[in-house]
Amino acid sequence: MGVSAPLPAAPVPSPAAAPAGSGSGAERGVGRGAGGAGRRAALVAGALVLLLALAVTSLFVGSGSIPARTVVDALTGTGTGTAELLVRDYRLPRTLLALLVGLALGLAGVVMQALTRNPLADPGLLGVNAGAYAAVVAGTAFFGASATTGQLGWGIAGAAVAACVVYVVGTTGAGARTPAKLVLGGVAIGAVLSSAGRAVTLQQPEVFDRLRFWDAGSLQGRTASSVTAVVAPVLVAAAVVALLARSLNALSMGDDVARALGARVALVRLVGFVAVTVLCGAATAVAGPISFVGLVVPFVARFVVGVDHRWIVAFTAVAGPALVVAADLLGRVLVPSELPVGVVTAFVGAPVLVVLVRRTRLRSL
Amino acid sequence: MVPEKTAAASADPAAPPAASWPPMVLAARDLAVGYGDRPVLHGLDVTITPGSFTVIIGPNACGKSTLLRSLARLLPVERGAVVLDGKDIRSSSSKEVARRIGLLPQTSVAPEGITVADLVSRGRYPHQRLLQQWSAQDERAVRSALRATSTEQFATRAVDELSGGQRQRVWVAMVLAQETPVVLLDEPTTYLDIAHQIELLDLCTRLHSQGRTLVAVLHDINQAARYATHLIAMRDGRVVAQGAPAEVVTAERVEEVFGVRCRVFASPETGTPMIVPLASGAVVAEP
Amino acid sequence: MSDLPLWTSRVRVIALPGSATVRLDRRAALVCAVLAALLLGLGALALTLGETAITVGQVVSALAGGGDDGVRRIVVQWRLPRVVMAVLGGAALGVSGAVFQSMTRNPLGSPDIIGFSTGAYTGALVASLVLGRSALGTTLGALVGGLGAAVLVYLLAFRGGLQGFRLVVVGIAVSAVLSAVNSYLLVRARLEEAVTAATWGAGSLNGVRWPDVAPVALSLLVLAPACAVLVRRLTVLELGDDHARLLGLGVERSRAGLLVVGVGLIAVVTAVLGPIAFVALAAPQVARRLVAGTGPGLAPAAVVGALLLLVSDVLAQRVVAPGQLPVGVVTGCLGGAYLVWLLGRARRRS
Repeated sequence: MGVSAPLPAAPVPSPAAAPAGSGSGAERGVGRGAGGAGRRAALVAGALVLLLALAVTSLFVGSGSIPARTVVDALTGTGTGTAELLVRDYRLPRTLLALLVGLALGLAGVVMQALTRNPLADPGLLGVNAGAYAAVVAGTAFFGASATTGQLGWGIAGAAVAACVVYVVGTTGAGARTPAKLVLGGVAIGAVLSSAGRAVTLQQPEVFDRLRFWDAGSLQGRTASSVTAVVAPVLVAAAVVALLARSLNALSMGDDVARALGARVALVRLVGFVAVTVLCGAATAVAGPISFVGLVVPFVARFVVGVDHRWIVAFTAVAGPALVVAADLLGRVLVPSELPVGVVTAFVGAPVLVVLVRRTRLRSL
Repeated sequence: MVPEKTAAASADPAAPPAASWPPMVLAARDLAVGYGDRPVLHGLDVTITPGSFTVIIGPNACGKSTLLRSLARLLPVERGAVVLDGKDIRSSSSKEVARRIGLLPQTSVAPEGITVADLVSRGRYPHQRLLQQWSAQDERAVRSALRATSTEQFATRAVDELSGGQRQRVWVAMVLAQETPVVLLDEPTTYLDIAHQIELLDLCTRLHSQGRTLVAVLHDINQAARYATHLIAMRDGRVVAQGAPAEVVTAERVEEVFGVRCRVFASPETGTPMIVPLASGAVVAEP
Repeated sequence: MSDLPLWTSRVRVIALPGSATVRLDRRAALVCAVLAALLLGLGALALTLGETAITVGQVVSALAGGGDDGVRRIVVQWRLPRVVMAVLGGAALGVSGAVFQSMTRNPLGSPDIIGFSTGAYTGALVASLVLGRSALGTTLGALVGGLGAAVLVYLLAFRGGLQGFRLVVVGIAVSAVLSAVNSYLLVRARLEEAVTAATWGAGSLNGVRWPDVAPVALSLLVLAPACAVLVRRLTVLELGDDHARLLGLGVERSRAGLLVVGVGLIAVVTAVLGPIAFVALAAPQVARRLVAGTGPGLAPAAVVGALLLLVSDVLAQRVVAPGQLPVGVVTGCLGGAYLVWLLGRARRRS
């Protein structure tokens, strides 16, 4: 439905730190020397292999069955039949888009959780999803924007505007500049925008029809133009996040400690915020609101590779795309008519989240 | 040697006379407590002498807090039992236990903006019933608790505005408002400066002289020896020594329990044992 | 020696018959009284608004039993139940939100987070789109879906006890799954059905008559006293689990009871009106700022919630007249905008 869930209680130590002396693997992996790093590198490499396998499978498998030979022909550029066209014009862009969306959402989640010091922060909480939604509604309803490319431009613009407003609201006014205030601002503005959007769609059935597919989060029917539109912003923002990783480590220990370590807190926050906006906005604009990737992948990353953000970013950059590609794949093969990818990620991510939170031993908070 | 009673003890008109605090025997029998698969206390046998001021000392993670929390029925018991006046405390209702045993935990967070009197008044819950929400007795108990902790002048102020020492006394007042004969205190002095530490311990002495049974966990061995009537020394979830401070605080015991070599003197002020770690080689290397 | 004052000037200790006394927060009482008066005034105004213009005099005479038959029917059979429903429903949502926010110790804690509203929507969608049931079927579906989701979340989150953090996380997870299911059902349905279902999903007071008000009123008759009994436990729980146990409170039992009451309140309203966003979230927050007190503040939250829903309903009817907006859309905009304003302005204390 594109409405983000609100944030739970005050910042809680990340799951890797919470179990008191129960010696989870993640705790042991932190701060160890070569042995730990080697293990983590192996995990990231393993995830990368999985990702490549999934991506390749995504090219060969789909709702229509296309013989493998034809796929190879299409990719090498020698085939010209309808099947080859299908592969080149739909499956390939779709797979690439799934990779980009997974990368974008996963990294946005990492940054969001670091900025708010809360392991449950979802990038959608900054009101970005709602902004994209409201803008797409406005574009479609009042300005006759067509599907995909038209919506794309509106979506990114809406996400950016919403993010700016949230940032201003969350950091001005008296009172501490706490992450909680930023989130509260995001939730509030998100509520206003998504309500306004819904008001319009419920009054205009045509707009509702065009948008209900987008609203479920889907990669269906996306072509190369979508890919070219988002590949540059996503890759650039991803690079920025990679460079930001060390600063995020400092930030995660509290503003005071971060400043003592020489990190420029306000600048890191701003850059991170912009990165989240670009990543989340692009992904949402092109695929609709896809929940959970930004929440679950960094959550799992912390359990697997520990709390060093450089490793978390590396793992997420691989696992995020893997999750979305896998979800898209499942959506295509499980049901005769496709399941939107946003539905599958929820079904995959939710049990993971529940299992993880039940495993963690939390003393009374 | 028991510290002298301060003059202030008898000057508090609102405090119930010593005779009204019924002597309660609180004991742990073969107590085993753990967190999940991590056992902390291994079959502990401890009796708190009624009317004593008992202090539990020991190194970090020896189970002092765990013992105190188990005595207050906060932790599930794996084996053995906590016994109050001969009865297993699990067989009493939690309100009954709350009327007999009060505990000040290590950390407490006050709801935002709450006034001192409001916070202390919440300690009256065990005595209130559905149709009896607030009585004159409750008001009296709150007032005497505030007087006893010298926080009456802050009654209408917000707890957030107070200093650390004042805030800690307010939390103690909340426990006192419960009007329990047994009061447990988990590291009440840890975050206080020395003046406030002594203030708080003097308050404990006053409470003790009114007839209450006090059990506190303290880090400072010298303070413990100075104020306590009984000491319990723990290590690795077991009681290593218990008795009067003069018996427990000896150079051999301190080395055994804390791994620190020291010399023990009689304090020139109170005559209670006082330890001074050796100038070199004080810490015993871990095996 | 005169005693120092224990209480600030806001608090008055009132003697009751017998030896009991009660502490009353005068500011909270004043705020409630003023808001209640506003509620009455706005309610009267709402009765005059609509396609047929009716004056206040006509409203009064219609309520007294006299006046034109047609006017009386409009006022008493159509408009009055809607106003009463807005007041009762808003109050129920406000209290539900206050209970949850106090229990989870989080201003964003709302019954939605435990997946209730999403579950109710799922139940209603399944009933109407998949099973093809009627309006009554939708209501039952909503009730089953919402309660089922709440129970599922409770079971998944309960592990030797119920902790706020775990409850919220599991709630988010279940909510997300159900939300995805909802989007999918809307995608697969025929357009007209989907629009109708989505409109219900935004909450609406359209067409509310006295038979609809009855279940809500009856439930409130049961749940309101339950709240009054449980509010003391809520106050003790605010000190934290440790202190609550030490004061003799059965923490798990109390939380279970509070959950039942909190969920019950929102279940009844959602079943009849559909999920109405933000009232449960915003009303307690607004009330807290108006009263500036501590404690769960159930009564102020109730009055603020009633006012919010009534205002939203009036706007929903008039803004795009002759069409009607779903009221949930208006509460979302209003609640969100107010929260933004609160955040943006200068605050005395962070």
